Amino acid sequence: MSETILSVRNLRVVFPHRHGVLVPIDEISFDVKKGEIIGFVGESGAGKSMTGAAIIGLIDPPGYIERGEIWLKEERIDQLGISAANRIRGRRISMVFQDPLTSLNPLRTIGDQLVETILTHLPVSADEAKRKAIAGLEEVDIDPERFNAYPHEFSGGMRQRVVIALALSAEPELIIADEPTTALDVSVQAQVLELLKKLCREHGASVILITHDMGVIAETTDRVAVLYAGRLAEIGDTQTLLRDPQHPYTKGLIASTPSVEYGDISTELFQITGAMPRLDALPDGCAFHPRCGQALAHCATKRPHIERNRVACWLYNDV
Amino acid sequence: MLLIILRRLGQSVFVLFLVAFVSFMMFRYVGNPVDNLLGQEATVEQREALIEALGLNDPLHTQYLGFVTRALQFDFGNSYRGAQPVADMILERLPATLELALVSALFAMLFGVIAGVYTAIFRNGFSAHLIMSTSLIGVSLPTFLIGVLLIWLFAVELGWLPSFGRGETVQIGFWSTSLLTVSGLKSMVLPAITLGLYQMTLIMRLVRAEMLEILRQDFIRFARARGLPERVVYFGHALKNTLVPVITVAGLQLGSIVAFAIITETVFQWPGVGLMFINAVFFVDIPVMSAYLLLVGTLFVVINLIVDLLYLAIDPRIRDSQLKRQST
Amino acid sequence: MSAKKSLMGRFRESDFLYDFKRSPVTVVSFVIVVMLILLAVFADLVAPTNPFDAGSLNLMNGFTPPMQPNAFTGETFYLGTDDQGRDLLSAIIFGLRVSLFVGLTAVILAMVLGVSLGLIAGYRGGWVDSLIMRAADIQVTFPSILIAMLIFGIARGLLPPHMRDELAITVLIIAIGLSEWVPFARTVRGTTMVEKEKEYVQAARLIGLGSGQIMVRHILPNVLSPVLVIATITLALAIIAEATLSFLGVGAPPTEPSLGTLIRIGQDFLFSGEWWILLFPAATLLALALSVNLLGDWLRDILNPRLK
Repeated sequence: MSETILSVRNLRVVFPHRHGVLVPIDEISFDVKKGEIIGFVGESGAGKSMTGAAIIGLIDPPGYIERGEIWLKEERIDQLGISAANRIRGRRISMVFQDPLTSLNPLRTIGDQLVETILTHLPVSADEAKRKAIAGLEEVDIDPERFNAYPHEFSGGMRQRVVIALALSAEPELIIADEPTTALDVSVQAQVLELLKKLCREHGASVILITHDMGVIAETTDRVAVLYAGRLAEIGDTQTLLRDPQHPYTKGLIASTPSVEYGDISTELFQITGAMPRLDALPDGCAFHPRCGQALAHCATKRPHIERNRVACWLYNDV
Repeated sequence: MLLIILRRLGQSVFVLFLVAFVSFMMFRYVGNPVDNLLGQEATVEQREALIEALGLNDPLHTQYLGFVTRALQFDFGNSYRGAQPVADMILERLPATLELALVSALFAMLFGVIAGVYTAIFRNGFSAHLIMSTSLIGVSLPTFLIGVLLIWLFAVELGWLPSFGRGETVQIGFWSTSLLTVSGLKSMVLPAITLGLYQMTLIMRLVRAEMLEILRQDFIRFARARGLPERVVYFGHALKNTLVPVITVAGLQLGSIVAFAIITETVFQWPGVGLMFINAVFFVDIPVMSAYLLLVGTLFVVINLIVDLLYLAIDPRIRDSQLKRQST
Repeated sequence: MSAKKSLMGRFRESDFLYDFKRSPVTVVSFVIVVMLILLAVFADLVAPTNPFDAGSLNLMNGFTPPMQPNAFTGETFYLGTDDQGRDLLSAIIFGLRVSLFVGLTAVILAMVLGVSLGLIAGYRGGWVDSLIMRAADIQVTFPSILIAMLIFGIARGLLPPHMRDELAITVLIIAIGLSEWVPFARTVRGTTMVEKEKEYVQAARLIGLGSGQIMVRHILPNVLSPVLVIATITLALAIIAEATLSFLGVGAPPTEPSLGTLIRIGQDFLFSGEWWILLFPAATLLALALSVNLLGDWLRDILNPRLK
């Protein structure tokens, strides 16, 4: 087994609110191994992006980590001060956001933003930083001639590649990619994902890939975690999980993803009835039970946890 | 690029001609130049001769052209009061106004931006709230009242600073400056604060609002996620983007500073063109009013032009979108 | 849809009263404004003396400090007297009347002008629209106080000298009114352009209503709440503009002093220690301007979150 880079234990994030607290992340635990790509999948509001924000320490106030621990190798990183956090952000963990159109400062050239990041984290001279920046652009197939171009002069796909170059510029161990292709044209989505995958393999960086798209999960990730209403529903090896989903929610998600390979357009797509509950109206017990076709009596009262197996569901756990 | 600048210049020249036209109409039709120059007892022959000499019988466009030509040569006729050439009066008083306006503008910009950035960064802090509430009173306080209250406090009660005039001046060529003597600098303090305070609150509120808006943007999140220090995030990334819209407003405010100088100059008996203008309004000294309008109008148009060009220089997006519009 | 909605309906719908009671600052501002307006309206009844009645003035009473009996006559004045022995409280109440009258009428003038031009520009479009809006663009390049001074100066030049003081107040109203129409016109034009494309306006046109009728009966009701907001904010501006012009000596004449005129007079006595002649009119002006401003801010937040 390769070493564990990131370890998240019983993470709970809360947002104080006029009528109490919202809990967008509740008791989530998982590990990320060196070099692996782990997918986080779920509907919007399930807590995928919030988990990413928690790891990199950028939860918007008034939200905060109430319980749990986040370990980056030997270092605990969930309670760091701002300057300690800045030694990790970008340097050891970096992030790629959803919308490349707004991720880059429109008033500064891409080269400038690359050099700035490199100089912040690596002990190199300005010339050396520029060389590294150019090398980074070449890696993501951007013409180094365009070092002095402004973000608006690039297409969306190219900008996302610039963002990836920025994320990789200080050789981080972990990249959190939050819906990195959702805002892009379908035709360039696969291209950008492939690039991200290839570069991370080459650099030996691990990736947390946040997405709502089961297709992306299937094609890109080694392992996958399914989130529902801020809780971990199921986690496991991607191939196994796709072939043999256990949690009724995972089954629903997979069944509702169109599968083009079989050319089987006649069967209607499965729909999970109802909608994910709002965070201020979570049901007791299992958060999924009102929508679950196989709900048992105690699903409404007792909350299931992931124990020795890979799924948080009473169908597979003893009460 | 050159085309954009040229087109923008064209617009400015058009507005200038418009301003000149208003000044001309005022000069020509408000009040009666002949009565004012000769007095009521002049004979008919004298009047006819003067009307001929002034060209008042010529067609309107000829008169207008003559007016513009003379204005371009800095000839605005003589003041009705004292019969002094208006151009000389302006030249004598302009340095006082420009120095005052410049110092106030610098004061307003400097403190406005600092206070705006401060209140945006520490938006929930006590002092930020205090600054914001005080600024609301500042906006409601008319300029002249600020001046009067400052005089009362610092000149009358505390006796620290002079309450009127420019203090000692030093003559450099035609320019008389009060920035090089101690008494001149002391005299500058109260008028400059009076004139700059309102603009300062405006700039502060604008900077704060813009900065808060920018700080919510994705690229700021991304800058933080890259581990850039807060200082770099605020000043390297947020501030520059904040300043783009601020420059426009601040530039236009510079124009208003020159106009509001009328009020400050009256309160502090500051011997500038504003005081000259208000006296002209009071005594219906039309040539002086018309020349002042022309002067301030030109200043406004030039400032607007500079602001626009500056905008082009700072924001590459605007530059390119305008270029694209040109080429299609 | 909102064309048919009555003002009262909108009043209840916007939780107007609820929001009002929840904001103590607004309630205080409102009370101050109402009190000042009542003072101004009933000046003749409320003021201890008539400051314009030269016969009632006693020069012996000059420079009496507030709440202290005069050294010669033994009379006491709440806020003291000025150099002429005029009761300052009465002068302020009558000055308030002039200030409010000029402010309100100037705003009404600006409103009528701006709303009409905005309606015409938005409804007609084309070159009429371009002409009106370009004029507005050019005018807002210049600060409105400068425009008001110029209009005032031109009007003085056009009037024969003996009528200048007599008509000073009227000229002042026109000058301030003409300098503040642009915000009204811009807002109304925007709303008009949106509304005129709606079905009910098209329908009204089909059944043959004239454009004047459509503008007044169908489009005008839609612009009422933004216009109300702008009017309140403009009122604060107009009051300050009037005070400024009068302070500079190019506004209300000494025979009909406004708060600005009183402050101008008071400034002369600052150095000799008669602070009350300046400070009480100044405090009144500040209370008025600040309260109207706060009310305007609040109205804008309640009625038009977009205008922020």
